[in-house]
Amino acid sequence: MTAPARPEGAGRLGVRADRGSRPRGGSRTSNTAPRPHRYRSSRQGKAPWLYLAPALVVLGGLLVYPIYQLGLISFFQYTQAQVSGGEPTTFKGFGNYTDLFSDSQFWQVLVATVVFAAACVVSTLAVGCALAVLLTHIRAVPRLALMLAALGAWATPAITGSTVWLFLFDPDFGPVNRVLGLGDHSWTYGRYSAFFLVLLEVVWCSFPFVMVTVYAGIRAVPGEVLEAAALDGASQWRVWRSVLAPMLRPILTVVTIQSVIWDFKVFTQIYVMTNGGGIAGQNLVLNVYAYQQAFGSSQYGLGSAIGVVMLLILLAVTLVYLRLLRRQGEEL
Amino acid sequence: MKLAPRLAVLLAAVVVTACAPQTSDNSSSDKDDQSGTLRVWLFQEVGNKPKEKVVDSVVAAFEKAHKDTKVDVEYIPVETRAQRVKAAFNDPKSAPDLMEFGNTDTAGYVKDGGLLDVTKEFGAWSESKDTDPTAKQSVTVDGKIYGTPFYVGVRALYYRTDVFKALGLDVPKNMAELAATARTIRAARPDLYGLVVGGAYMYGAMPFVWANGGELATGKSGSYASAIDSAAAQKGIKAYTSLFTDDNCPAAKCASMGGNDTITAFAAGKAGMAIGGDFSHTAVEAGKVKGEYAVVPLPGVKSGSIAPAFAGGNNIGVLKSTSHRTLAVDLMEQLASKKTQASLFDAMGFLPTFADVRQQAAAKEPYVKPFAQTLAAGTKFVPASPAWSQIDSSLVLPTMFQEIISGKKDVAAASKDAAKKMDQAFGSAG
Repeated sequence: MTAPARPEGAGRLGVRADRGSRPRGGSRTSNTAPRPHRYRSSRQGKAPWLYLAPALVVLGGLLVYPIYQLGLISFFQYTQAQVSGGEPTTFKGFGNYTDLFSDSQFWQVLVATVVFAAACVVSTLAVGCALAVLLTHIRAVPRLALMLAALGAWATPAITGSTVWLFLFDPDFGPVNRVLGLGDHSWTYGRYSAFFLVLLEVVWCSFPFVMVTVYAGIRAVPGEVLEAAALDGASQWRVWRSVLAPMLRPILTVVTIQSVIWDFKVFTQIYVMTNGGGIAGQNLVLNVYAYQQAFGSSQYGLGSAIGVVMLLILLAVTLVYLRLLRRQGEEL
Repeated sequence: MKLAPRLAVLLAAVVVTACAPQTSDNSSSDKDDQSGTLRVWLFQEVGNKPKEKVVDSVVAAFEKAHKDTKVDVEYIPVETRAQRVKAAFNDPKSAPDLMEFGNTDTAGYVKDGGLLDVTKEFGAWSESKDTDPTAKQSVTVDGKIYGTPFYVGVRALYYRTDVFKALGLDVPKNMAELAATARTIRAARPDLYGLVVGGAYMYGAMPFVWANGGELATGKSGSYASAIDSAAAQKGIKAYTSLFTDDNCPAAKCASMGGNDTITAFAAGKAGMAIGGDFSHTAVEAGKVKGEYAVVPLPGVKSGSIAPAFAGGNNIGVLKSTSHRTLAVDLMEQLASKKTQASLFDAMGFLPTFADVRQQAAAKEPYVKPFAQTLAAGTKFVPASPAWSQIDSSLVLPTMFQEIISGKKDVAAASKDAAKKMDQAFGSAG
């Protein structure tokens, strides 16, 4: 699910980064959809809809219909007995939602998910940006090596990456414990150490996206600006804070929001590395919790309700994202 | 973006509640064809060949006895059985006529509307009177019978004869001695777990609860109430969770283990003792400890008593959607007959569900003795409630044990929370 989202985002960003380097005007109108629509809508008639139709059909089939089913099921008592016709399906209204909101575990999991996602986003951005800056300062060969290493991490399937990380930190056979001289310390036993381990894996497989995107952005910053800063005697940190970061703000916004969406929905890493949610469910995040309720316990109605709640939270985040983008579009 | 329209569609969909989500029609088929193809799902075991051979001979005899009838047997992997069975219930057209299933799933499958009531046929079947009562209970829901027992599985105490001899230890006669022996082994041999236990190993833990007089739940079908927080049950939970210490089985490693992990550790020579089933015999024989272990019934609280074991095992049932009712029931009886069970014991070591067949088996193979003793001493079963599947799959009990082992909650609080979750499940599913 996440894989297609990233390249798409990257593509969009590539365009944006390009634009920053060019003089104002130019290609903008052809990129931003609302503008031409605004002045030419009467002349265009049905043409845009015709072009959009294939995409709309796919979106309708793959997005709207499942969401419709999700919403529908969340209002019913719908377990395996109802699916296979053992018992009649009954309408529960907001019953699944009240069950969910009165379950203290749901709130614990929600808080854990938010905090964990926040930690992942901050770490991913920090690592990604630091390495992007580093990329601009090193020679071609080490740069190529770093790029290849990052792309390798990016291309590794989450389940493979998780298994490898788990092995690295294995209490009996893992090299990490041997190097650090920790004996048979178990990293997955403690709640925070298990979350930390998963965080490392998440950062490892998602920093390349940030790094590549931000690197592209930095390359597009006019050289004379950086030169001027250097002449003024600005330190590396100062250049980042006062020159690069403000100029890259649109890019940083996008990668942040993308990371938020992605890290909020993290599933594979938790599922594989903490064996489905950790000891006594201490490492559950919302997505794994929903899976457990919906498919582990066959409570499809309750699972759908969790899905709807997640959808609403992420929709809210997306709305913020869209607003920010639009505001920046006008500023640029 | 198309956010507003999308939201509108979503809201509209939610408002239109007249159309309910899909439900498949699983009502029993009226057809009772006397020829055609019967489809059978059996579990794929580790080393499945001997099982296939026994089943093939049953099938050959069945096809010979019924003209124009073909039997198509498919072996399904145990790990994916839940999905397969759900799919079969959801789409009766692709469902088998007969299937093997774990006995704790009976009540859940009955509630899902998947299994055929065979009370009449089971009563009329001449061999059924010798069926072990606990095994019969595992196919019974609300007084009706939904299938026939295929084999039983019980757990007992495996121990290392070489380690016991070297340390001059006696086989523990009660639970207190069991814990003390475990600690002695670990103290003398720090490379070994004393008694390897698992925080997610529910069926290894329950004998401690039952031996102390506790119960999972009280009441009867339709009105179960959890009893896991009773004083007696708490005593048993405490006895089990106190084994997760550095002087026996360190919590950091053992809290996440399940039943298979403990057997793997024992078979690899990493533990002095383990709680394993008759079905674990092959795995242990294939391990490093071959020839250096023995099995005794798990001791109870009083010296010389046997802790009640969980009566595990599998059943064979006919699906409600079958269009060959008579043939399918007949084949079910052939597959679970005394003769088949005796050959399956020889081939796979599955313990027969008929008391007399089991006795013959125990006479032939000495390793069966401790398991037969355990069965004879009385076994326990999970509540025959559809809620059990839900309690089982939402990990209520492993979570409780792990909360106590990792020190997140004390015994009283954790068992009370578990009881609450169980009662909720009983309340919603009956």
